[in-house]
Amino acid sequence: MNSTLPQHIAGYGDVTPFQGSAAYLDRPIPPRVAAPTRRSTPHGSKQRSSLQAAIEACHPFDGMTVSFHHHLRVGDSVVMQTIELLAQMGIKDIRLAASSLTSAHEGLVPYLQNGTVTRIWTSGVRSGLGEAISAGQLATPVVIHSHGGRARAITTGELTIDLAVIAAASADEQGNCTGTVGPSAFGSIGYAQVDAQYARQTIVVSDTIVPYPCVPVSIPQTQIDHVVKVDAIGDVRKIASGSTRITKSPVDLLLARRVADVLHASQAMTPGFNFQLGSGGASLAVAKFLRPYLRDEQLKGGFLLGGIVAEAVALKQEGFFDAIVDVQSFDSAVATSMAEDPHHLEISADTYANPFNGGCMTDLVDICVLSALEVDTDFNVNVITGSQGVIMAASGGHSDTAFGAKLTVVVCPSFRGRVPTLVERVTTCVTPGEDIDLLVTERGICVNPRRPELEARLKAAHLPVVDIHTLKAKVDKLLGVPAPQRFNDRIVGVVQYRDGSVIDVIRQRRGA
Amino acid sequence: MRIKKYRSMLYVPGNNPAMVQQATIYGADSVLLDLEDAIAPDEKDAARDLLRHHIPLLDRENCVLTVRVNGLDTPLGEQDVRAMVPLQLDAIRVPKVESAVAMQQLDALITELEREHGITQPVEIHAMIETARGVMNAADIATSTPRISALTFGAQDLLADLGLRRTDRAGLTFPRGQILMAAKAARLHVLDTPFIDIEDEDGLRASAEEAKSLGFTGKAVINPRQIDIVNQVFSPSPEEVTHAIRVVGSFNAHKAAGSGVFALDGKMVDRPVVEQAITVLRLADIDPATL
Repeated sequence: MNSTLPQHIAGYGDVTPFQGSAAYLDRPIPPRVAAPTRRSTPHGSKQRSSLQAAIEACHPFDGMTVSFHHHLRVGDSVVMQTIELLAQMGIKDIRLAASSLTSAHEGLVPYLQNGTVTRIWTSGVRSGLGEAISAGQLATPVVIHSHGGRARAITTGELTIDLAVIAAASADEQGNCTGTVGPSAFGSIGYAQVDAQYARQTIVVSDTIVPYPCVPVSIPQTQIDHVVKVDAIGDVRKIASGSTRITKSPVDLLLARRVADVLHASQAMTPGFNFQLGSGGASLAVAKFLRPYLRDEQLKGGFLLGGIVAEAVALKQEGFFDAIVDVQSFDSAVATSMAEDPHHLEISADTYANPFNGGCMTDLVDICVLSALEVDTDFNVNVITGSQGVIMAASGGHSDTAFGAKLTVVVCPSFRGRVPTLVERVTTCVTPGEDIDLLVTERGICVNPRRPELEARLKAAHLPVVDIHTLKAKVDKLLGVPAPQRFNDRIVGVVQYRDGSVIDVIRQRRGA
Repeated sequence: MRIKKYRSMLYVPGNNPAMVQQATIYGADSVLLDLEDAIAPDEKDAARDLLRHHIPLLDRENCVLTVRVNGLDTPLGEQDVRAMVPLQLDAIRVPKVESAVAMQQLDALITELEREHGITQPVEIHAMIETARGVMNAADIATSTPRISALTFGAQDLLADLGLRRTDRAGLTFPRGQILMAAKAARLHVLDTPFIDIEDEDGLRASAEEAKSLGFTGKAVINPRQIDIVNQVFSPSPEEVTHAIRVVGSFNAHKAAGSGVFALDGKMVDRPVVEQAITVLRLADIDPATL
């Protein structure tokens, strides 16, 4: 995939190069580490007076790994509260292991500079924090993993968590907690379930402490050491947007309608098909355009997977799917559904996408629709770095679902502004082209040559199929070819494939 | 009548690079790149330059490309025509057309430019009728030159010219009918004015259905989100397509046998019926020659 990968990366270690998305199936199965044991005093309380008191009770130390989950998205304040307290305690050299990081975490930048945080393992980094890391302000390369890759790293012991700080919408004093009920309800707490199970110590942070027992129990008290009530776990308006509006962007609508047409023509929508739909306006619109096909052909799917949006809940409630399987919720309506609908299941990141367990959900997906920042002529996908080479987005479940799904569709405009999306070689490869079947753009649909039967079906349906090189030439003619980005040798990011191999590296921008 | 698809015609401001470069991707049968009302006076030159650069890059495979020039009674009008014709447009749309003579003069100018630039595919003229004088002269305008392929009805300017308010739609009944009849008599396309509330999908559909029932061949749209609805309304129904296939298929068989008139389901089929059926087939993307 990437011939320039070094054998060893300072601050990361020896590199196992990516050998193909299915290569892990032929390797020895890595051993699963044991979950730590705990003990507690009969009739004791786990409630601590403050987050600081809880952290002190965990005996923090230099070099520790502290984990967080990102279900609170841009509304999160727990990460910053925790790191600020650890810094005040003089703790240095922290490895921050957040399932993802958003614009709410720009405040971390000074802590990179003063040595409080020297390592970050995460699925995504955005805004000012991404710019700082791209500019080399983190002492070691950020490790980017998929959601399934993170679960793998934790369960195999590659990522050992010393302290998991878990934000919950409500909890009881023994630590039973959930994300689905409470004034700050955000839905599934699936990423934190793995952390709680494997972390050496855990703190549940909530703005709502309910009488014992907390119902439903998303994370059980057996995995929790301390419970803290805080005034707020974040900005509720940003945690659960309540947004169910379909995009009004003509290009997004065009893309969404084309995806629905493609899915229909592909003949992949068979009775009981399992579907993963991304979040965002265009994805909501895909559901809108898919609905008439499902209705006209009286077609009913199996489960909807992944980051769940309100439109997915609507499809389930209208009877188009049997179940929702939810590792992350994107809307307040989703939290309500999960609390009330027994066929709306909350799952852990391990169940969602870990390649090393008895069967993850992404391996059962028939169709997935994914987005991209860049796609190259070999169908490799970049969802992490922007056109200037800056880390700005998230790997998420992209490579997990692309591998598992029978039909993987990447949808994106062929350019954004004056920047081409379709390129000769992606700046950073996150998902290998071997797992992408189709690229849907506003200027044509490109079929991976690995799927000639699919190309025949789309052409038979009179859909605008175009060779990916032809499409690239068309976009280049329209925009011109941008000058290549220029990077220094220093590696600022390591992109892990879901099996733990390294699929690419991110280098420091020249001039940064 | 020359058959081109004109179910929907998307208005696109000629000074907006992002909109211009995306103009032909949304599925509109035709695109109108505007140099006239949508462009502020001090943007006119920039808009013309932008179109000169972008038009050759547009994907026009399934889209008729037209440019609305400034009024021919202004210096800008002729400058626009001279800049646009060499780009091998499908048509020039002329605003506020009031006389046959003006169209004949434009025809002469286009002919000169086609010769000068070696353009072999004739550039059509779409005459926009949007003044009282234009309405009264619509029949003469429609037949003024063979280069005219469509009349278009512009409601907003006409309302202003008639001294009516935006809500005085009844005042448009006669002018609209007059333009329709002029176009039909000359066997031209005739396009309805846009529906301006882009959030009101039901209103748009009703407006398009009304226009179709009156005889309009298409409707202008001001937002890509309106295209699907307008295309749906102006597309033939499956029953119409089935019937047209039978008509043309029978016609081809009878023609081979030397007969131009025949009966189908007890009804006479002659040339106008066949032409209508061919129109339906082309709107349904079916090549009549294959039947």
